[in-house]
Amino acid sequence: MAKLRVPVGPGDHVQGPADAPVTLVEYGDYECPHCGRAYPMVKALQKEFGNRLRFAFRNFPLRELHPHAEAAAETAEFAAEHKKFWEMHDLIFENQSALSERLLGQLAERLGLDANALRESLRSGEFSERVAHDFSGGVRSGVNGTPTFFINGARHDNSYDFATLADAIKKAATTHQ
Amino acid sequence: MTSKVLPPGTQAPDFSLPVTPDQKLSLSELRGRPVVLAFYPADWSPVCGDQMALYNEIMPEFHRFNAEVLGISVDGVWCHAAFAHDRKLHFPLLADFEPKGAVARRYGAYRDADGTSERALFVIDKDGVIRWSYISPIAVNPGADGILDALEQLPK
Repeated sequence: MAKLRVPVGPGDHVQGPADAPVTLVEYGDYECPHCGRAYPMVKALQKEFGNRLRFAFRNFPLRELHPHAEAAAETAEFAAEHKKFWEMHDLIFENQSALSERLLGQLAERLGLDANALRESLRSGEFSERVAHDFSGGVRSGVNGTPTFFINGARHDNSYDFATLADAIKKAATTHQ
Repeated sequence: MTSKVLPPGTQAPDFSLPVTPDQKLSLSELRGRPVVLAFYPADWSPVCGDQMALYNEIMPEFHRFNAEVLGISVDGVWCHAAFAHDRKLHFPLLADFEPKGAVARRYGAYRDADGTSERALFVIDKDGVIRWSYISPIAVNPGADGILDALEQLPK
């Protein structure tokens, strides 16, 4: 069974308490339709488990398949610099079907961020290393497509629908105690 | 039932298979550098970032080890050509098509019941010796962590 090699740490984008019994890590691609389908599942899981679940999102853009995935990932990292990571993460997934660089600029403006600064950041690749760091950590952990989930460090080799993930999370919570 | 997958320490059986409609590739041609031989059941699995697409994304990681990656399935050359074009693959796909699955059988990586190969991975060293082999459950894309670990452990 593949194991998460890079533990969740201060460099991660995290929702939920650090001492939650279960940590769910998603390696995702903003342009991947499967990740788009997983997005509301994760929201529902967070609602279901509340403070018992910590969620971290890491970048795994499939650049060869998805021409906007890298820019989207860097845009979320740009937003993170302005403490708006999750707002941007959500907005991108909610507008996934219309993803383009122009749209990313519009989303930035909607969050009160400077679209010109974003354009410059994407051009210079300001956050490309950050995204690449997530990516290679994912590769070494056995990420095998998007989305790939890890529950308390173990790769979830099963469907990402709500019921299956919820079951796996409950099981992990029991083991943890 | 599947036969037993060839274990580390075994000389990798040589083969010569079509990579394009008019070209063949032999394993022995790649002597001198490590080879990742990745058997998979079929082209066109309906997910983003399937096994071959994933390897394609991480080519730079394989190139750090000077490794050649070869995908291999029982699909024919024209099927491979269409699949590779669609997924923009930057490495060869071998057609283990006629006699069907013959190479997979020699590596202990054929599924008689399904008529396809296993998801079987082999890391072969520069002298043509298998240094690592792994069969993944057929429904589980094994990712690349095991391959990269094995490449890292090859003697320089």
